[in-house]
Amino acid sequence: MLANSQGIKNVHAYETNEPAPVLSLKGISKSFPGVKALSEVALDLYSGEVTALVGENGAGKSTIVKVLTGIYQPDHGQIAIGGTPVSFPTAQDAGKAGVTAIHQETVLFDDLSVAENIFIGHAPKTRFGLIDRKQMVHKAQELLERIGAQIDPRVMLKELGIANKHLVAIARALSIDAKIVIMDEPTASLSHKEIEETYELVERLKAEGKAILFISHKFDEIFRIANRYTVFRDGQMVGAGKIDDVDEQKLVKLMVGRSVDQVFPDRHAKTGNEILKVVGYCHPTEFEDIGFTLRKGEILGFYGLVGAGRSEVMQALFGVTKPSKGAVRIDDKIAVIRSPDEAINHGIVYVPEDRGKQGAIKGLPIFQNVSLPSLKSTSRNGFLRLAEEFKLARDYTRRLDLRAAALDQDIGDLSGGNQQKVVIAKWLATQPRVIILDEPTKGIDIGSKAAVHEFMAELAAEGLAVIMVSSEIPEILGMSDRVIVMREGRIAAEFQGDRLTPENLVRAAAGISEAVS
Amino acid sequence: MSNAEANSQATGRRIPDRLRTPLQRFLASWELLLLVVAIGVFVVNSFASPYFLDPWNLSDATFNFTEKALIAFAMALLIISGEIDLSVASIIALASTAMGFAVQMGVDTSLLVLIGLGVGLACGAFNGFLVTGFGLPSIVVTIGTMSLFRGVSYIVLGDKAYTGYPADFAYFGQGYVWWVISFEFLLFAVMALLFAILLHKTNFGRAVYVIGNNPVGALFSGIRVKRVKFALFLLTGLMSGVAAVCLTSRLGATRPSIAFGWELEVVTMVVLGGINILGGSGTIPGVVIAAFVMGMVTFGFGLLNVPGIVMSIFIGLLLIAVIALPRIARHILARRKA
Repeated sequence: MLANSQGIKNVHAYETNEPAPVLSLKGISKSFPGVKALSEVALDLYSGEVTALVGENGAGKSTIVKVLTGIYQPDHGQIAIGGTPVSFPTAQDAGKAGVTAIHQETVLFDDLSVAENIFIGHAPKTRFGLIDRKQMVHKAQELLERIGAQIDPRVMLKELGIANKHLVAIARALSIDAKIVIMDEPTASLSHKEIEETYELVERLKAEGKAILFISHKFDEIFRIANRYTVFRDGQMVGAGKIDDVDEQKLVKLMVGRSVDQVFPDRHAKTGNEILKVVGYCHPTEFEDIGFTLRKGEILGFYGLVGAGRSEVMQALFGVTKPSKGAVRIDDKIAVIRSPDEAINHGIVYVPEDRGKQGAIKGLPIFQNVSLPSLKSTSRNGFLRLAEEFKLARDYTRRLDLRAAALDQDIGDLSGGNQQKVVIAKWLATQPRVIILDEPTKGIDIGSKAAVHEFMAELAAEGLAVIMVSSEIPEILGMSDRVIVMREGRIAAEFQGDRLTPENLVRAAAGISEAVS
Repeated sequence: MSNAEANSQATGRRIPDRLRTPLQRFLASWELLLLVVAIGVFVVNSFASPYFLDPWNLSDATFNFTEKALIAFAMALLIISGEIDLSVASIIALASTAMGFAVQMGVDTSLLVLIGLGVGLACGAFNGFLVTGFGLPSIVVTIGTMSLFRGVSYIVLGDKAYTGYPADFAYFGQGYVWWVISFEFLLFAVMALLFAILLHKTNFGRAVYVIGNNPVGALFSGIRVKRVKFALFLLTGLMSGVAAVCLTSRLGATRPSIAFGWELEVVTMVVLGGINILGGSGTIPGVVIAAFVMGMVTFGFGLLNVPGIVMSIFIGLLLIAVIALPRIARHILARRKA
């Protein structure tokens, strides 16, 4: 009913009949050694409404989720459900009280069946206290049907795609009959169509009267599905209210405490000579017949749905996976790339999408992360020279405006945006000729995002050739000189100039102009 | 994200190199704690037995750990990289058997040593090939080769023993370089230094840490992960070969049960030395101190005529205690704050 209220300025219906919140947090504080993660924050969730929680990385969003799900205990403050104060000493207690969370990286078990995943920890039991499999599969089937998911509850979870895994997570959330559903960036790794399905699901949950806390970095979806907003900044609640009463500008201002120029850097591409040429690149399963060229100073965007094969092409270029056919020419000379090591020697570097696994070496200090691919030049005869490493790290982290306490700090202690800056710095330090950025701003806060964009523009202006894989249309449009759209492992289209429009990109990515397969 | 907030506030553009000085780091380090334990053991021992402080007794005591420590240095690197080799004691058995067999053929000392080291290298290469070539988990592979290598030794020797090693071969395990300094102890000291340099001062050592913390990230950073891991298995095999030469020389005989159960003592020494069993962290100085602690505890108990089984109980308790203590301390500190 409230689904499409966005844009309707008449909000009297709310004000005259303000409902009581289902869940109410008051004065919640949480400190870690040396850091105050949350300071006297308040948060209210209402039945049948979506409350968007926004804030930069490190604002305290994840901490509040952990407080709500019983993983962290608050130092002070009160949690009340339906007006009665409660406490969640363990995650089980939070579950029993009707709070469930669907996490950013959903915690599911690949080697269990869908039904087992849904009912893990609260499976229906037989008289003898054993798991009643028949009953479990049956109930799972019901739940999946309720959310419109066509998944066989008996298949192993690992056989599902990421979107279906999310649906299983949602079914799991529903299975414990939660009153309060927390969704932590549920759409971060989904394709366009899957995101739409997630929105529909949120609407359905709303209609069932669930109170939903929706954490997201994407403004369009916040304005589309949220009824209310709460903004965190530096561990404090800095604003809350009804979504109809704010606009994007105001939210951003609240988040960063200053107004951020959201426009993309103004670029006048001065492209030089062709530097990279890929011809007839094939892979047995992931992509086929990929060919393109790249010039100095150019930013080439790669758009497509998740699973279209963009990352796989880039990883083949970087020597991680082996293409079955095709050639790469650098400066019109055949380049043999069989390992990342060789790619780096050819001046091709890759900033991966999966920052945690492939980009940052958590457990090692910032300066060692930066110097890692440049050790050949910072060392002498194979012996480390720490002074050179620090110098390199100082130079490049300063260029990227890194925020950290010290360069010998563990990279794992930094926020996502700052980790990404370190990863980019480490590649720039190798003085590459071609830099491939795979979803460079995924899941990072708006301030860091702008810094990364600005920096990309700067790099291109300095003559670096940039390939940017991105699923965010504004980013693709805002940054690229030229865009290649991939679909099902092939190049579907290429756009530049006037033809570079959101509609064209989406059509090409979805294959709309062609016959349905 | 716990530190993220602090970061965003604390600094502007200029970021200091270090948060804590190397001295501050040392004061909060595992190695210092171990050093205190080592000194404690030393003091207790010297009070408990009047014979302990005798230089020759102390020199004898070093034989309790030198051979194991030689393997522990290489094992430390392997464990930091996220792998393990449980076949090291069996490599000693196989290498020693090969040397004993060669003695029967009338081979001279220098060739004997080469055979010992060569068998060690070959065994390391075999382990490394199975792990990096087929992507098998090292714990499974080396449990397999642990039985395999020693099994070969049993087949060759049965209940017999090889003896009759040349007289000059005895130097490696029984010789003294100067006064009470044995050849083995000198070798231990030199290897400690070389391994410390390799791990802490070279690009190779850095790669070992990187792989242990994030093998995928290491690959994506241009590190040849498999090559490094293979080299580490080779190195561990080689050091097992070195230990085989020393031990065989010291005993003057080869039985198939030689060095039985050493793999666990070596791993214990490594873990006691502060190497994270899950990989990614730890230092060679830590392992060196741990070697002294274990050696002195064994020797002290020996002087007091404590039976071997009590010694192993004590070593086990020590391991658990030293690992648990810092965690318990942290827990109590955190409680007190809250």
